[in-house]
Amino acid sequence: MTTVFCITALTTLASAVAAMSLRNLVHCVLCLTVSFIGMAMVYLQLSSQFVGFAQVMVYVGAVAILMIFALLMTRGGQELFMREWRPMHWLVGGLVSLALLAVLVGSILQSPVIQNTGPVDKVERVKDLGQSLVYEYLLPLEALALLLTVALIGAALIALPPKQYPIKPQPRENS
Amino acid sequence: MNSPSLAACLIFSACLFCTGLAGVLLRRNLILILAGIELMLNAANINFVAFWRHHPASDDVAGPVMVLFALAIAAAEAAVGLALVISIFRHYKSTNPETMEDKSS
Repeated sequence: MTTVFCITALTTLASAVAAMSLRNLVHCVLCLTVSFIGMAMVYLQLSSQFVGFAQVMVYVGAVAILMIFALLMTRGGQELFMREWRPMHWLVGGLVSLALLAVLVGSILQSPVIQNTGPVDKVERVKDLGQSLVYEYLLPLEALALLLTVALIGAALIALPPKQYPIKPQPRENS
Repeated sequence: MNSPSLAACLIFSACLFCTGLAGVLLRRNLILILAGIELMLNAANINFVAFWRHHPASDDVAGPVMVLFALAIAAAEAAVGLALVISIFRHYKSTNPETMEDKSS
C-alpha cells in the first residue's frame, strides 16, 4: 500500500465521516464534496483517468451544487429537531454499520481474490473506452440517454410548484 | 506507477459503504440520506475500478464503462431525488422524514 493511497484514503474517509456526522448541513455537503474529490484521486491512482475526471465533473461539479441548492431551498442551516437526541437510535445504527464493516473486512481478508496483483502497467485508454462504448455497449448507451432525458423532464415536473402543474396552454395572440 | 493493492481498495470502499449506511440509518434529513446513498454508490464504483485494475486481461474496459453508466444513473437519481425533496418540503414544510405522517390527509 503506497503512502499516497494512505493519505488519500484517510482524507476521504475522514471527510465522509464528517459529512455524515456534522450538525450544520452546509458543512456536511462541503465535507461530502471533499470526499468526492478524494474518490476521484483514488480513481487516478488506479490508473483510470477518464473515470476520475468524470467523477470530478459529475459529482463535484453537479451533484454537490445540486445538493447545496436543495439544502438552501429547504431552509438549510441547522437540522430541525436536533434536540431530540436519542442515544439508543445512534447506538443501534452505529452497531449495525460496524457489524457490516466487520463482516465485509473479514470476508475480504479471507478471500483468495486479493492475492491477485494484476499487470503492473495497466492504463485505461480513452480510445478503447470510446470504441467499446460505441460498439459493445451501444444499446445501454442509448438507454442511458433516454433515462437522462426522462430524469431531466421528471425532475423539472416534480419540482414545479403545484399551481403551475399541469401547465395550462397559454392563449395565443393574433391567431 | 505504484498502484494500491486490491485488498486496500476493497477495505477502503467497505469503510465508505458503512459510513454511507450509517448516515442513511442515523440522520434525520432527506438530503443527508440522499448523500449517504451517493456515498454507497461511490463505494461500489471504487470496487468496480479496483477489480478492473487487478484483472489480468489487458485490453478490457468493462470496469470503467460500468462506472460511467453508474455515474450517469447516480446523477439522474440525485436530480430526481432532490426534486422530490423540494416537493416534499413544499408539502410538509420539513425535510425530516419522521414528521411526515402528521399531514397525510
